[in-house]
Amino acid sequence: MSWNTFATVAETKAALEAKQVSAVELAKHYLDRAAQLNPGLNAYITLNPEKTLSEALSTDNKRSKGEVAPLLGVPIAHKDIYLIDGWRTTCGSKMLENFVAPYTSTVVKYMADAGMVTLGKLNMDEFAMGSSNETSFFGPVKNPWDTSRVPGGSSGGSAAAVAAGLAPASTGTDTGGSIRQPAMFCNLTGLKPTYGICSRYGIIAFASSLDQAGPFAQTAEDCALLLNAMAGFDPRDATSLDRAKEDYTRDLAKPLKGLRIGLPKEFFGEGNEPGVLKAVEAALDVYRKLGATTVEITLPNVKYSVPAYYVVAPAEASSNLSRFDGARFGHRAKEYDDIVDMYKRSRAEGFGAEVKRRILIGTYVLSHGYYDAYYLQAGKLRRLIAEDFKKAYEVCDVVMGPTAPEPSFQFGAKADDPVKMYLNDIYTICANLTGQPAMSHPCGVDENGLHVGMQIIGNYLDEARMLNVAHQYQLATDWHKKHPNI
Amino acid sequence: MAQWEIVIGLETHVQLTTASKIFSGASTAFGAEPNTQASIVDLAMPGALPVMNKGAAERAVKFGLAVGANINRRSIFARKNYFYPDLPKGYQISQFETPIVQGGGLTITLDDGTTKFIELTRAHLEEDAGKSVHDQFDRESGVDLNRAGTPLLEIVTEPVMRSAKEAVAYAKALHGLVRYLDICDGNMQEGSFRCDVNVSVRKPGEPFGTRREIKNLNSFKFMQQAIDYEVRWQIEQIEDGKKIVQATVLFNPDSGETRAMRTKEDAMDYRYFPDPDLPPLVIDDAMFDRIKASMPELPEAKCARFQSEFKLPEYDARLLSQDSATAKYFEVAVKTGADAKLVANWIIGELSATLNREEKSIEQSPVSSVQLASVVARISDGTISNKIAKTVFEALWSGEGKTADDVIAAKGLKQISDVGAIEKIVDEVLAKSAAQIADYKSGKEKALMSIVGMVMKASQGKANPAQVNEIIKRKIS
Repeated sequence: MSWNTFATVAETKAALEAKQVSAVELAKHYLDRAAQLNPGLNAYITLNPEKTLSEALSTDNKRSKGEVAPLLGVPIAHKDIYLIDGWRTTCGSKMLENFVAPYTSTVVKYMADAGMVTLGKLNMDEFAMGSSNETSFFGPVKNPWDTSRVPGGSSGGSAAAVAAGLAPASTGTDTGGSIRQPAMFCNLTGLKPTYGICSRYGIIAFASSLDQAGPFAQTAEDCALLLNAMAGFDPRDATSLDRAKEDYTRDLAKPLKGLRIGLPKEFFGEGNEPGVLKAVEAALDVYRKLGATTVEITLPNVKYSVPAYYVVAPAEASSNLSRFDGARFGHRAKEYDDIVDMYKRSRAEGFGAEVKRRILIGTYVLSHGYYDAYYLQAGKLRRLIAEDFKKAYEVCDVVMGPTAPEPSFQFGAKADDPVKMYLNDIYTICANLTGQPAMSHPCGVDENGLHVGMQIIGNYLDEARMLNVAHQYQLATDWHKKHPNI
Repeated sequence: MAQWEIVIGLETHVQLTTASKIFSGASTAFGAEPNTQASIVDLAMPGALPVMNKGAAERAVKFGLAVGANINRRSIFARKNYFYPDLPKGYQISQFETPIVQGGGLTITLDDGTTKFIELTRAHLEEDAGKSVHDQFDRESGVDLNRAGTPLLEIVTEPVMRSAKEAVAYAKALHGLVRYLDICDGNMQEGSFRCDVNVSVRKPGEPFGTRREIKNLNSFKFMQQAIDYEVRWQIEQIEDGKKIVQATVLFNPDSGETRAMRTKEDAMDYRYFPDPDLPPLVIDDAMFDRIKASMPELPEAKCARFQSEFKLPEYDARLLSQDSATAKYFEVAVKTGADAKLVANWIIGELSATLNREEKSIEQSPVSSVQLASVVARISDGTISNKIAKTVFEALWSGEGKTADDVIAAKGLKQISDVGAIEKIVDEVLAKSAAQIADYKSGKEKALMSIVGMVMKASQGKANPAQVNEIIKRKIS
């Protein structure tokens, strides 16, 4: 069988339904490709062909019995932050190097209910803390477009696997841009939905009030199909939104005539690499040709996003990561004097430098006497930024700008300067602070041929419209159809 | 001692009676095999999330309404961060800045009958920790997480108590109230009701002294002993010219002493912040109204009703209404038609004394309220005397017979009220009592009592005492 490894989810679904290919054949294809290319790319941390093939076989059996499911037999790879019963789940950390999950996260369960077959667990920055995938205990993921460059982070493995055709689609999580920035770096479409759309149950928490699951795919249409499977209320997550299921593909075909695109002047300043701005401007011209109008807006408080984020996220992380104490699961130091020594040694050995840095920052900002000055202030900023967006939506339907100020960089370029690394998320963080949906789609290359992403930020629960916008752009362009030569 | 004023405030952890835990579906039942009642959430597995058990919130609101407190319709859960083996998440979910219940108070009655209003600061919801097990493994400790996540209501008073007696009276009143409301089983041995006592001393009129907190007292007796010791110790320290250092102390029931476990210098910074996993706890109008409508009759109201409905004196009514089990026992007995005042006397007297002696609660009483009513009914209709009734009660207590009538019949305890029969006994006694008769006739009233006593003895206590008296008088005067 010859299978186009860059077939979209929609195409794969159609081929399965037409019985042109079986789920087992598909699983074998991607597993073979991973066996061949993963050693170089390091996108997967764990593959378990036996489990994958048995899942694939079971979906084939279902189909032959006449059972239907929206994505029956379509393979999917999951970021190694999602627990799947019986699968090793490492979160990119030595702390969980040998941790086998005892239960399955809701998102993975919902995707399995939709018929999807798990291909494997994808590499990531340790505990999702990083923007380049260099903090993973399992080594960095290589960008399939240029293996001397980073794939972005923290969902670097999720982006690289799809870009390299090691999976037709993948899941990621996005706390400050961890889906959108790697989507840009690897020329993919990635979506972070509204906070509360996808259950966080069974996803290892980084910053609980910011974390959100979302899909990586080649197209906006695929993202819509995947979100249909991932989203849904979950009584086991108290922050999950209790609302009816919706079909995110329903508006894909709508023309863009009359669409008002807000362009925040704060996103188009000097911090951007010129090639990035150029590609974004060209994409905006396409949107205008499709009937959209653009309007300059201002988000005066968005400049506080990074400082607010680097208070809230580490604060929540410092508390969320306390459970990794070596007592019940995860890494435990071989030798220790007493319980406190066991904690100290286990955590010192189990966590990497970036994770420790953030635990320290978080512990500091929550300390007695500092809480008001940092955490409470950051909370106020979140509300101010949300107010800015609320005002913006009076004059526009969606907000656009570059996903990141510069494209993929070389390994080591920022590894020693955390602040430089943090600024890479300058445009993505605001949507996490406010909880709005945001996505990135390919929109060209800079002068060095490096990929640029367009970020679309939408109002709460406006995913269907955003996917419609990106889909119409993708009907008119072919940046998203470009694949690395590998 | 007189020149020192004692200042006491209490923090009580009340375990709520929900079947499942406050943030997970695991059972809260006591005594299961270690770690068999710990879910993914209680074990703090990666990715696990808490979901609020509304039953715990309902019980907290019930308490708030009972003490006339302000119910915060929107309260916030916060994380209290610290590392300990019995705290699997590395933080305890509690409420900090915005608890569900604020203010209110309850009236306590002291032994001398005086009352005092004890103001509450707040009551907040939180989860219990697990339990460390130190004595089962060689050089290692175990952790049992069955208790982790059990719902607690922590009830905090203002520092308004001025003696150990007041503190104990408050703790007992609170214990009665939470059982009344059926929000806590009150089982102190199993840790369902635990008190932390903050104690300081000062000269009257001076600002508060430095306090020390006695942790985890689970008996009223220990509370009294611990406070007494702690107060003596603090006064001695100050009088020796030493300063009290703020500290957490433990009471050792064997030695009767308190001992510091940590001082303020090594106090932890708990880094409280709102739990991002839990939205604000909202008590909407529908829920609030439903809880309000389900409120049981409270002790004060019950006390008033016992006085008006059963014509009981206030003292009796207060004692009987103090806890719901006693009130229920009383009301069931009266419902059978037994005389209310007599039933009250028996509950407050013989029954309480026997229960105390045998260290039983009224729910464990071998004599049911219906059985006690049957005893009282036979007193009322003259079948037995009060004295014989005690014999019947004791027989019922030890399981000899199902009703008073069974015992009376089996033991032949029926009172003799037949004039002829009593006259016969009196005649026999008088025939042997010439000396006493002479004494009586010479004006010694006591001699009559002696004759009555002999007649009663001869009748094995069954003769009707009033009739005996009358017949003797008639025969010898």
